[in-house]
Order: sequence, then structure tokens, then C-alpha cells
Amino acid sequence: MTEAVIARDVRKAYGSTEVLKGIDFSAAAGEVTCIIGPSGGGKSTFLRCINHLERIDSGTLQVGDELVGYERRRGVLHELRERQIAARRAKIGMVFQSFNLFPHMTALRNVMDAPVRVLGLSKVEARDRALTLLARVGLAGKEGNYPQQLSGGQQQRVAIARALAMRPELMLFDEPTSALDPELVGEVLEVMKDLASEGMTMIVVTHEMGFARTVADQVVFMADGVVQEHGSPADFFTAPRTDRARDFLGKTISH
Amino acid sequence: MSEATATPERVVPVRHWGRLAAGVLAALALAALLWFFATNDNIRWSAVGRYLFGPTVLEGVWVTLQLTVLSMVIGVVLGVVLAVMRQSKNGVLRWVAGLYVWFFRGTPVLVQIVFWFNIALFVPTITIGGFSVSTNTIVTSFGAALLALALNEAAYMAEIIRAGITSIDRGQAEAASALGYTPLQTMTHIVLPQALRVIVPPTGNETINMLKTTSLVSVVAAQDLLTRVQEISARNYLVIELLIVASIWYIALTTVASVGQYYLERRLSRGYARGRKRLTAGDLLRGLLPIRTTERRPS
Repeated sequence: MTEAVIARDVRKAYGSTEVLKGIDFSAAAGEVTCIIGPSGGGKSTFLRCINHLERIDSGTLQVGDELVGYERRRGVLHELRERQIAARRAKIGMVFQSFNLFPHMTALRNVMDAPVRVLGLSKVEARDRALTLLARVGLAGKEGNYPQQLSGGQQQRVAIARALAMRPELMLFDEPTSALDPELVGEVLEVMKDLASEGMTMIVVTHEMGFARTVADQVVFMADGVVQEHGSPADFFTAPRTDRARDFLGKTISH
Repeated sequence: MSEATATPERVVPVRHWGRLAAGVLAALALAALLWFFATNDNIRWSAVGRYLFGPTVLEGVWVTLQLTVLSMVIGVVLGVVLAVMRQSKNGVLRWVAGLYVWFFRGTPVLVQIVFWFNIALFVPTITIGGFSVSTNTIVTSFGAALLALALNEAAYMAEIIRAGITSIDRGQAEAASALGYTPLQTMTHIVLPQALRVIVPPTGNETINMLKTTSLVSVVAAQDLLTRVQEISARNYLVIELLIVASIWYIALTTVASVGQYYLERRLSRGYARGRKRLTAGDLLRGLLPIRTTERRPS
């Protein structure tokens, strides 16, 4: 089993507030890893470190066999230039809690713009790819709509198609359903389940326990800036080993 | 509910007597003013008609238009550069841009015009690579006027553009970065096009202001509209008549600019305004007159 992401003692502080206090983490290629835990526990920050939207203070973080944000040349770490960082980010898809679609572009342009500008695809090729992906997320016929004309669930599905259009090796989801109305959560989770069944490597920060229980290959429980425990969903949800996890699960399931 | 809707009751709206009285008073005042101007024997309206399209006046209008367009174009370009400098990670660039804005916003544009006109007093010649020219051949009165207006405008445009850039949600730049856009691509393809919506309305106002501010350059006789009508009235003493000629041109130009601004704003709201795509006569009127009614939307 090859590892898609490996973190060793990753630390990150904002001023004097330590958010990540030594994260040890690994996610296997082709598997779905769900990161769960209480708010403010560092889940989203850690996810954003994986594609270098946030910079880590110390420790090592590796995606595939490349270090995030750095390059080792003759035993010395060199910080990467913006252009090199951009090239690596292009291989990692990211889906945000607040969608972050480009409001001045139609759904189709949202999906085909980055393949044209970043990957250098021809417009025809990018358009074909975008149309296929939009159909796949159930949005055939909505190509010409601007984000404002779409529901939250539809916007998030466009955002997933936009990330997939880059043919990423890894997909990061940062609480993809937290900003959605309850009745729209299902349609987004369906798309994610499809993606998982096709063998996409996914790391998902989520509060959807049902999704984590049924779709995840690995559950990572993060609280107070460290990974408290991790394991298969069956083990974690039925027999959590730490008090912190038992306490958290007790609170989430009782509602 | 169904009982109430079956027989609609008659409703008497509130009568606003105060509003009505104020409206009548305002209309009367306007009529009196128009009557006073139209029947004033001291104003020779025939002279106004004669000079309105006279060659000297038209030349002045052309110079005013050139000054407005050129100084706005230079101002916007320089403004973008200054705004990006102020966002820079390089502290020196940030500081220099800040100093520029501080200086040009802190001195009156009239002083700047006179300053540039007199620049030859302490920089008599300009030497570039062993090639020397007298400053006065480059900085003519038109050149001094353009330099002053453009450099001054750049300071204001820098602030407008900076406000536009910072108004865009950080998530937009993050999403672009996550897709692999370089910082430059993120700025030019994602942030600036969206910031335009915020930047264009005040820029339109700046353009309209600029049309009027150009009249200040008459102090250095830059051959703009006001300079030319003053030349004429210095000869024939028809001061008020020629000021009316100039005012008619200024108001015509600013009105045309307002209409252009309205259409530009409409075009930029693509993807933001829901529904209502077709242009109506009412839209046209709203564009023509500086009346902006607040849009009422059913909530």
C-alpha cells in the first residue's frame, strides 16, 4: 500500500496560538480518509497545509514522494518558487466549504478555465472535458448558468467538477457540506461516494458521521491540534480508544 | 384566509399634504428661475447660439476631451501599478506607493498644474543619454496640464483600485491558487475582473469630475474649452454668454459620460443580477438622468 500523504510532527502556530501541535498522519493512495473532530481542533488548517495554502512551521509533510513547499537538493531544503508551488497544487484538487466558484464565469467556464490556463489544454478539449464532468455530477443543461443562479448543492457539485477537470492525483474536501441546507447535503455526498468508488484518493474533513462510517477506509480523529486516534470506521465508531473520542462521539450521536 | 380574499376591502392611502405643498413650491421656484434667465435683457441669447458651435469653441471642446481621456487613461494605468505596489510583499514598494498617494492627494491640483507649468525654472534642460532638450519644448502648457491631471488622478485611482481588490473575498484567490493559477494569473483572471464591478462606478465618477477639473488648466492657458471662451469674451465682453456656452458643453459631455457609465455598469453586473436582461425605455432614462432610484425587489 503506497502512501499518498505522509505527515511527521507537523506544527503550525498563528502568533502565539499553536493550532497544529505535532501531527502524525498518513493517507493511503486510492483510499478515503475522513478527518473528524471538534471545531478548532486543527482539521481544516492541516488540510490547507497539504496543498500549501498554509505554510507549516516545522515537521515534514509529503504528498506522493514530493515535500510540500520545499525541495531537497544535496541534503539541503530549498523553498519552492511560486510557480513551482502552483505546478504542484495543480495536481491536488480542493473543494471548499464556501464553494468559492468564480462568480463572473458560467458553470462551464468555471470548470474549463484552469485546464486551459494552467494545463495548456485546447479550448475544445477543455470544453469536452468540462461538459463530461458536469454531466457526471448531474448538472447537464446547467453549463450556461452563473453560480448565483444555482443552488448551494449545485454550486458545490460544479466546484467538484472544477477540481476534477485538473485530473488530480488527490482530492481534498474541506467541510464540503457544512454550508448547505440540510436537504441539499445528500446530492453532494452522492457525488463524493461515486468518486470514492472509482478509487480516487480523498481526504475529507467532515461533520457527516454517516458518510465517514459508510464511505471512509480510515477515520482520523483530530482534537486540540493532534491526531488523537485513527483506525477503520468500524473500530472507531464502535470502540473508540480515547476518552476524547468517546466524549465527542457521545455528543454528536445524541442529537 | 380564504374569506378575507373573497371580498377585497377598499383601502384609503395616506395623503401626504406636506409633500404635495413642497413639490408645488419647488416647481414654482424652478419656473421663476427659468423665466428670469429667459427674459433677462442683459443676456444676449443670440450670441450664445452663435458661439456654441463656433470653430474656436469646438477646438476648445476637443482639447478638453483629449485632456480628460488621456489623463484618465494614464491615471488608471499608473493607479493599477500603484495599487499592486501597495499590496506588494516588498516593503519599499509599499512605502513608495504610499508616499506617492499621500503627496498627490495632499496638494491641490491647481498648485500641481502651476508647478508643472513652471518646471523649467529649476529643470531648464532634460538630458537623456547625452541627448539634451529644453524642458519648455516638452512641457508645453498642454503637457504641463496633462502631467498634473494624470499624476494627480493616479493617486485617487490607486485608492479606488486598491479598495476594489481588497473587496474580493480571499476564498477566490485561494480557489485559484488551489487550481494551480500563478499569483499573476490569479490577479489578472480572477481578482481584477471581479474587482472591476467595484472599481468602475467610482472611476466613472472620476471621469465626470475630470471633465470639469480640466477647466482648471485655463490658468496656464492650455487651450481647453474654458481658456478658449475666455479668450473670446476678453475681446467682446460677452462674459456671461460665453460662460453659458461653456456650461452647455460641459453639461452635455458629462451627460454623455453618465450614459456610458450606466451601460458599462450594466454589462459588468453579468452573473450578479438575477433575471431582468432586456433593456427598457425606463432604463435608458435612468441612465440619461442622474436619478438613481433604489431598486425595489420583492423579498
